[in-house]
Amino acid sequence: MTTIEKPADAPALASGRRTGPPAWAGTALGVGTATIFLSAVVLIPLGAVLWKGTAQGPAAFWDAITTPDAWAALKLTVIASLLVALINLVMGTLIAWVLVRDSFPGKGLIDLLIDLPFALPTIVAGLVLLALYGADSPLGVSLAYTRAGVVVALLFVTLPFVVRTVQPVLLELDREMEAAAASLGAGPWTIFRRIILPNLVPAMLAGTALAFTRAIAEFGSTVLISGNVPFKTQVAAVHIFGQIESDNTEAAAATSTALLVLSLVFLLAIDLVRRWGSRHG
Amino acid sequence: MTPKISLTGVGKTFPVRGGGEFTALSGIDLDVAEGEFLVVVGPSGCGKSTLLDLIGGLTRPTTGRIAIDGAEVTGPALDRAVVFQQYALFPWRTALRNVEFGLEAKGLRRRERAEIARDHLDLVGLSGFEDRYPHELSGGMKQRVAIARSLAYDPGVLLMDEPFAALDAQTRDSLQDELLGIWAKTGKTVVFITHGIDEAVYLGGRVAVLTSRPGRVKEVADIDLGSRDAREDVRSSPEFAAHRHRVWSLLKDEVQTAQRLTVPAPRKEAIHLG
Repeated sequence: MTTIEKPADAPALASGRRTGPPAWAGTALGVGTATIFLSAVVLIPLGAVLWKGTAQGPAAFWDAITTPDAWAALKLTVIASLLVALINLVMGTLIAWVLVRDSFPGKGLIDLLIDLPFALPTIVAGLVLLALYGADSPLGVSLAYTRAGVVVALLFVTLPFVVRTVQPVLLELDREMEAAAASLGAGPWTIFRRIILPNLVPAMLAGTALAFTRAIAEFGSTVLISGNVPFKTQVAAVHIFGQIESDNTEAAAATSTALLVLSLVFLLAIDLVRRWGSRHG
Repeated sequence: MTPKISLTGVGKTFPVRGGGEFTALSGIDLDVAEGEFLVVVGPSGCGKSTLLDLIGGLTRPTTGRIAIDGAEVTGPALDRAVVFQQYALFPWRTALRNVEFGLEAKGLRRRERAEIARDHLDLVGLSGFEDRYPHELSGGMKQRVAIARSLAYDPGVLLMDEPFAALDAQTRDSLQDELLGIWAKTGKTVVFITHGIDEAVYLGGRVAVLTSRPGRVKEVADIDLGSRDAREDVRSSPEFAAHRHRVWSLLKDEVQTAQRLTVPAPRKEAIHLG
């Protein structure tokens, strides 16, 4: 029998002690780089907006966002975005489902088209929508200067979010789980509600959150079709642009801060729903 | 007497992408008696799992007829249960709530469900693990939960698709013994799919050997080993070796055919001929 002698200076592996550089060295570098990058790109600019928006004190901030035109723009933005998020939640999931589970001619092409709203500059999207649904619409449907036009524009640019978050989850879904449920006496509707939906809900919510936050910030696609009629079709982002144009940066920053807070609240709410859902599946 | 499960001339073909058909099973005639433990072995890709899906009603046969207690199988129903290789537990439900799933379809009340589910977790030796989620359980425990889930709504037939293939050797051995114990206790009719010859001979009252592509029943071997007692080393007995050799011989040619037919050799499910 041969025994392999360990060299005298071999690290004491048997004791389970780590050798080489301590594990946190790499982590610290990674965390540091990530933090600096995030700070430079996201946190500091956001902080500047917050500071600018609230520098005059809470009363001034409140006054700035409750001027009739700012308030109307914020209200329209939030209601339209909620509506768009909701439609996306349903239709995005349906599209993802069709793309994963069904086969039909032209499927590959449609799969490709889904990303188009991402690839297209939003102003181009606005132009397309204006050409299609503008005052002299070839379809005879004029949505120009209407709130419906705003919603359609937002739907166009936010379409990919839910589809692209749900699709991979649906692809990875364990089909045996559905077979097991079927063998346990569950019908198609029960399988969808009790087995597939719980698997999809986190992705559906994540996609909806992205769609909502994108919608409340949308500028390019809505600016043309909405006509920016204050109190009627002007969305918050366009209102902010108008304020900056008229050299009213404090008011612009205040409205921006309101959008920022709204996004955060919505993301937080979605996260809470997701956590609640994972406990009560 | 009508057999519990009866297959007559069962065949299954799948359409292949780009046209044509793939014949997975062809001309399967097989009867399983009430309370029997039948094991099906075959080379990889011979359609073993397809056979189980057909009996389970998860897919429909292209030709032939499958009947349970004389009544034709038209879909999944609560007279049959399927146990899958990858457990197929629902990860957002606790062990207890997983076991309750089939009982919910049966429309039992909450308290009644919990009681039956508890009893069945106890049957598979998992008392005290009712509130664990699948990710908190080992592979062997997950499969126990899956078995409890299948037995809970009291089906007459238990269909098992390589249920122990993903487990380590010790866990597999002890689960085999427990399965035999549960089978003896409950008197279910079991159809057990495996690619392991030892497992087939150890568990089966009869072992059906399938041919490769298309899958047909080559021979059904009677395994006469008496009752397997976990305290005795049945696997070392000369009778066991003789049965094992017989099944091995039946399979050998089929495995070689399967390997010739296989373009890139499937690594997942090779037959252990060693």
